[in-house]
Amino acid sequence: MLHLVTAVIKPHKLDDVKEALKGVGVQGMTVSEVKGFGRQGGHTETYRGAEYTIDFVPKVKVEVVCGTEDAEKVADAIATAAQTGKIGDGKIWMTEVSRLARIRTGEMGTDAV
Amino acid sequence: MKRKLLIGAGLVGAALLLLANPAAAQEAEEVADPATQIVLDNIFVFVCGVLVFFMQAGFALVEAGLTRAKNVSNIMMKNLMDMAAGVLAFALVGYGIGFGGSELLGGWFGFGLGITGIEDPAQAAVLNLSPATFFFFQAAFAAAAATIVSGAMAERTKFKSYFIYSFALTALIYPIVLRWTWGGGWLAQLDIPFSDFAGSTIVHATGGWAALAGAMVLGPRLGKYGKDGKARAIPGHNVPFVVIGAIILFIGWFGFNPGSELGADNLVPQLAVKTLLAACAGAVVAMVVNWAKDGKPDVTMAANGLLAGLVSITAPVGAVETWAAIVIGGIGGGIVVLAVAFFDRARVDDPVGAISVHGVCGTWGTLSIAFFARYDDAFLGREDAGLFYGGGIDQLSTQALFVGVHFVFVFGAAFLLFQTIKATVGLRVTEEEELAGLDVEEHGHVGYALDSGGSSSLGTSSSSNKPVSV
Repeated sequence: MLHLVTAVIKPHKLDDVKEALKGVGVQGMTVSEVKGFGRQGGHTETYRGAEYTIDFVPKVKVEVVCGTEDAEKVADAIATAAQTGKIGDGKIWMTEVSRLARIRTGEMGTDAV
Repeated sequence: MKRKLLIGAGLVGAALLLLANPAAAQEAEEVADPATQIVLDNIFVFVCGVLVFFMQAGFALVEAGLTRAKNVSNIMMKNLMDMAAGVLAFALVGYGIGFGGSELLGGWFGFGLGITGIEDPAQAAVLNLSPATFFFFQAAFAAAAATIVSGAMAERTKFKSYFIYSFALTALIYPIVLRWTWGGGWLAQLDIPFSDFAGSTIVHATGGWAALAGAMVLGPRLGKYGKDGKARAIPGHNVPFVVIGAIILFIGWFGFNPGSELGADNLVPQLAVKTLLAACAGAVVAMVVNWAKDGKPDVTMAANGLLAGLVSITAPVGAVETWAAIVIGGIGGGIVVLAVAFFDRARVDDPVGAISVHGVCGTWGTLSIAFFARYDDAFLGREDAGLFYGGGIDQLSTQALFVGVHFVFVFGAAFLLFQTIKATVGLRVTEEEELAGLDVEEHGHVGYALDSGGSSSLGTSSSSNKPVSV
């Protein structure tokens, strides 16, 4: 049984999260640059005399596929490493993964983690 | 690998012997009639001044390329204002202190309303140069000295605090160094006067040591040093900028060094050739040393090497033979690689290597005169002043005194200045701001609004914040 743990975190926390995941035995992850906002809303800036709002803030999305029994451990590791206590720390969620394969060798399921 | 390096060094040494020219004298010849010569001199030095101002673009690109995209607007503003505010500070205050008519305190200070003579072309300020020409040229140099520091203090300095420092440097600190030297002050009045043809110490080391003071008072960037105390790489966001910027600086240097002849004579091309060869030697040696030390040739380090060669030759360019220019520039290229590593280990975070390129290599170039000086560069007052030509250690004593007192003054004054700024308006940005990037907080906009195709709600561009940089 496999799960996908997805987290949206602050960009500067990526190194800490990566180390924490290694610490719980995670050997791979996918990372992408994203933009987002939560409940805090945006703020206004002025550019050449004209006002504009900045809503979206740069974030990093981390995705890890792991065995279902490890999913809680992985999520906790991310949460602890990514937290700063300040607005914009991000969110973590999980979904089930119905199929996983390693492209190079053809291994399937938990062997492919 | 080592044997190949030794064979290569031997071949280069043999080739350099071809450039040795033991019997030649060096006479500046001006062949035009006096009236024409005056015009030639002024136009030439003016054009050189323009080239030196063009170096501002080079500095801006190098510093932007070596720092992160989230701070690019800020570094651009600091560079722009170093030039804009710096030139004004120099015009209103600094130029008079450096070159004005009143010498004070035995040549340790000075005063004058230098810029008031600008509109009189007939009056000669220095040699054949009118007041406007000489001021224009000197203002370009002042702007160059000021802009060196922004790189070492990049990515964590409050803009308004930097602005205060920049004004103080061009209004006071740099002009005092000018007064001691090119302004005819105490270093020029010694029995064995100083030599610094185009400003390895006067311009570059002034910037370099102020940069050292700033970087030390500021502290390193967040994430620069890991928990184990080792320096971590914070890669710059644009390698092409670094190289293009270095090449623009290289081009500008053909105004910096040849223009310091302060006239259009037959020595100018020789100064240009020595500048050229030193630069190239610096780049190649830096690449080789970096390659041997770190396993792969880092492009940005080679670019630093080009600049190190240029800074190194800036002082001796009038006095040394052509082969010596290659050696001096090459040694500068080697030094800069080691200096960058040294400051990293010493926990002085210098994102662009400004302290190493301008402070350390500037000092090396100034001291090299004491060894390699063959010709009279109009400062030395004699030929064969260098130790290698039988000149003894007299010039070495003066050059050492020069760089030593200069360091104590510039570093000390800058250190005090930065500590004062830190204690009053604050020097460093907050941690949140440093992590988010300075652009929006200090200036209200990002540098690369890459996906704002009309939509104001997409304010920031995510690609300007690479996740791997902390």
